[in-house]
Amino acid sequence: MTLKVVVVGAGVVGAACAFHAASAGLDVTVTDRGPVGAGTTSRGEGNVLLSDKEPGPELDLARLSRTLWDEVGGELGPDTFELEAKGGLVVASGPEGLAALQEFAARQEAAGVRAERVDRVRDLEPHLAPGLPGGVHYPQDAQVQPVLAAAALLRAAVRHGARFRQGEVAGAVTGRDGRVTGVRTAAGEVLPADAVVNAAGTWGGEVGRRLGAPVEVLPRRGFVLVTEPLPPMVRHKVYSADYVAGVASSDAGLETSCVVEGTRGGTILIGASRERVGFDTTMNTAVVTRLAAQACRLFPFLRGVHLMRAYRGFRPYCPDHLPVVGPDPRVPGVVHACGHEGAGIGLAPATGALVTAHLLGRPWRGADPAAHTGLLPDRFLTPGGAPQ
Amino acid sequence: MSEPADLVVVGAGPAGMAAAATALAGGVRVVLLDSQAALGGQYWRHPPEHARALVATDDLHHGLRRYRALCQALAAHRTTGRLDLRLGHHAWSVVREDDGFAVHAVDRREAPRETALVLRAPRLLVATGAYDRQLPFPGWDVPGVLTVGGLQALLKGGGVAAGSRVALGGTGPFLLPVAAGLAARGVEVVAVCEAAHPRAWLRHPGPLLRNPGKWAEGAGYAAALLRHRVPVRPRTAIVAAAGGARVTSVRIASLAPDGSPRPGTERRVEVDAVGVGWGFAPQLDLLVPLGCALTDSADGNAVVAVDGGQRTTVPGVYAAGETCGVGGAALAVNEGRLAARSILADLGAGPLPVNGRPAAPRSAVTRQRAFARAMALAHPLPPAWPSWLTDETVVCRCEEVSAGAIRTARAEGAHDHRQVKQLTRAGMGWCQGRMCGPAVHCLTARGRAYEPAERLVATPVTLGALADLDETPPAPPAPPVPPVPPASTADGETDKECP
Ligand SMILES: Cc1cc2nc3c(=O)[nH]c(=O)nc-3n(C[C@H](O)[C@H](O)[C@H](O)COP(=O)(O)OP(=O)(O)OC[C@H]3O[C@@H](n4cnc5c(N)ncnc54)[C@H](O)[C@@H]3O)c2cc1C
Ligand SMILES: Cc1cc2nc3c(=O)[nH]c(=O)nc-3n(C[C@H](O)[C@H](O)[C@H](O)COP(=O)(O)OP(=O)(O)OC[C@H]3O[C@@H](n4cnc5c(N)ncnc54)[C@H](O)[C@@H]3O)c2cc1C
Repeated sequence: MTLKVVVVGAGVVGAACAFHAASAGLDVTVTDRGPVGAGTTSRGEGNVLLSDKEPGPELDLARLSRTLWDEVGGELGPDTFELEAKGGLVVASGPEGLAALQEFAARQEAAGVRAERVDRVRDLEPHLAPGLPGGVHYPQDAQVQPVLAAAALLRAAVRHGARFRQGEVAGAVTGRDGRVTGVRTAAGEVLPADAVVNAAGTWGGEVGRRLGAPVEVLPRRGFVLVTEPLPPMVRHKVYSADYVAGVASSDAGLETSCVVEGTRGGTILIGASRERVGFDTTMNTAVVTRLAAQACRLFPFLRGVHLMRAYRGFRPYCPDHLPVVGPDPRVPGVVHACGHEGAGIGLAPATGALVTAHLLGRPWRGADPAAHTGLLPDRFLTPGGAPQ
Repeated sequence: MSEPADLVVVGAGPAGMAAAATALAGGVRVVLLDSQAALGGQYWRHPPEHARALVATDDLHHGLRRYRALCQALAAHRTTGRLDLRLGHHAWSVVREDDGFAVHAVDRREAPRETALVLRAPRLLVATGAYDRQLPFPGWDVPGVLTVGGLQALLKGGGVAAGSRVALGGTGPFLLPVAAGLAARGVEVVAVCEAAHPRAWLRHPGPLLRNPGKWAEGAGYAAALLRHRVPVRPRTAIVAAAGGARVTSVRIASLAPDGSPRPGTERRVEVDAVGVGWGFAPQLDLLVPLGCALTDSADGNAVVAVDGGQRTTVPGVYAAGETCGVGGAALAVNEGRLAARSILADLGAGPLPVNGRPAAPRSAVTRQRAFARAMALAHPLPPAWPSWLTDETVVCRCEEVSAGAIRTARAEGAHDHRQVKQLTRAGMGWCQGRMCGPAVHCLTARGRAYEPAERLVATPVTLGALADLDETPPAPPAPPVPPVPPASTADGETDKECP
């Protein structure tokens, strides 16, 4: 009998889970309260990065994901979601920053990331400000268009037999042994399920609670700036080395460390700030002007370029800044796949493969549950089964 | 202005001018800003001050007496220092702060140089008007095909007629003044294609009868058009335009009741310019990010929701004029005054000096709103307009997204313009969906009111100007000041209804 799986959430992570699970022959239903990719996925920049990750469980998942993005591109056509292996260039602003960056890169190399020291950054990016002491080039860094990627993955899942339906998940139905037997929607329907995947992103905490398996997922606000379309001026994803510090930080205040990159449409994206302000949607002009100033320092030509729009989103993060991926021991059948913070686009294919491996009970497409135990929800639970 | 302002008014069209004048008459300090180089907005658009002597536009205007009176009142308050008038200033964002609002603007008086600055006050009035609602059709992107508002702006703002043989199309009474203005400048207006049936007005006779001024206005234009032999053709539409470097012809068709072209009625007419207008979409860019609630208006647009005193749902934020729904200049003026009275009351500024005349802007607003509603219902978008489009017709001109691509996105489950944008890039370009948003909405979400996408940046700003703002240290917060007592003179601003 095929395993019936309900995936909650049709963001890039849910779509990737559906894609892999359906490819593996499971009976998959995806349900979202809105259309595909309309959540945080539509707010992300689409960076698929290895460069910003420290050796550890997240980098392990990111390396697998980078390979799987290429596989997805091969299967669905890289143009369907604007997959571009453009590479990243991290630049230091002073000699101390350069030393720290090179030390960081050396550790990444030891963990299997390709990193190349660059002394003359303007050879790679001619429009960078003069006088920057150097940087590191990461050829594996890539880019996708997140909503197109989610839509393409979901379409492919449907071709493999999956179903997509709109509906808000209100709770789980469990059998006498406490195992999940279905999912209840807000409209009162019950979708039969042997397993439920919590891929609700920033709302994963709430969905987990509704399923009887709460996990702590919190919002971290970010603004992204988009310029008018230009002829190609920026070739790589370019960012200052401060970004590395910003990602790893857990300060409550505002952090901005800008990443500058061109898109296929010709616009330049400048992102992104990080603020812990709950789900506050108000505009923060101080963030916008700060990002603009940082971007202009990196690329002085941007001073004359128009900011055309700005948008913001809420990254889903867990207290330890690692995603939570794997079965929840408290409610058999519930599998979490959320909390990817600022890396959920990049990490989506590997997350989908890892969830599928957990469901199958064996490795799938290079994802071996035994190699990713650091992401299991168990890390938040005391032996008694309650959140710590 | 050395002392802090009590009120910032964004937009110096009929609504913003009237509001500022009334508020100043009530004794408060006002900052009035507008992106244009001259006061007046869309209705009273004028060439910049330095060019006025060269370009005569007075004969194109109506209600100029009122315009001049408002200009004079504002000028007097500039002299006293209570009005800080900032023309050539475009607001790109407004945010709430602890004790009021910060209007982020760019000063473009020395364009292309831009300087970013922040204007602060405890109260905010948004009177940013509306812009032309457009519907795509094959050839609408050929040079020389303009909006009627664009044609009018060229005429009133620069004395320029866009062509010598012009066809106008769309729906709504605003086609008529534009036709009359062009004809007055010697332009041959070959046809005014009005999609609606004139009988549609008869379904709502009440508001029509209660607004005799509007009758007179309409009759005036009709007489002018008759004099210039401009043919007004009801139940027709411009369904295609053709040309290379410049438009050379249009195709005009009679419409069936659902708005689809009647087979066999299409005919080709040679032109060198075209103006099309399907009513207006309110300019809500500053209001939506502030969290102001919207409500549906009769013309298919969402507009900002206001109470009987023009207060939005966000305390301290007021709206007047076309942001609250399209209804003409007289209504805009009255709403501006009404808003100013609420602001004065809410600031505790005491009663307005009355010029011996009873003040009744509220009842005028109610009556004129009813008229606007009847007007909107009599001039709906033809439901079957999408049948004019081929799959190749470009809908989003900035990103070159075709009707076919949008139909595909819809078939894949996209059910509003935001979702279509994510999948096709329609609305992601320079105009940020201001041009194609209503059309994309109609193609995907027929039946619901059009709510524009949230735009956190209301006008493109150079990153350099923003960067400089980041570098400047913030000014210390201004201490709150008690409201200034009302002035004893009434500065010529009366509360009589605008004709
Ligand atoms: C400004 C910004 C920039 C970013 N840049 C990048 C980047 O460059 N690279 C990168 O990898 N990541 C980036 N991210 C992070 C990335 O966007 C997220 O990690 C990722 O989109 C999360 O995807 P998801 O599928 O888990 O969540 P979502 O896309 O939010 O999907 C969750 C879905 O669950 C649905 N849902 C919620 N509750 C329910 C319910 N009860 N019932 C049914 N459905 C429900 C929602 O409607 C939603 O569609 C960025 C984020 C932000 C905010
Ligand atoms: C073609 C046409 C014909 C018309 N014919 C008639 C007619 O015959 N009779 C009639 O009564 N009405 C007519 N109208 C309608 C009339 O123009 C409007 O009712 C009136 O102008 C609305 O006044 P308002 O103050 O609300 O907005 P507007 O006049 O549009 O003024 C808004 C002002 O706000 C400014 N602004 C907008 N956003 C910003 C920003 N972010 N920062 C700074 N400034 C900003 C704009 O530059 C503009 O000056 C016509 C309109 C058009 C387009």
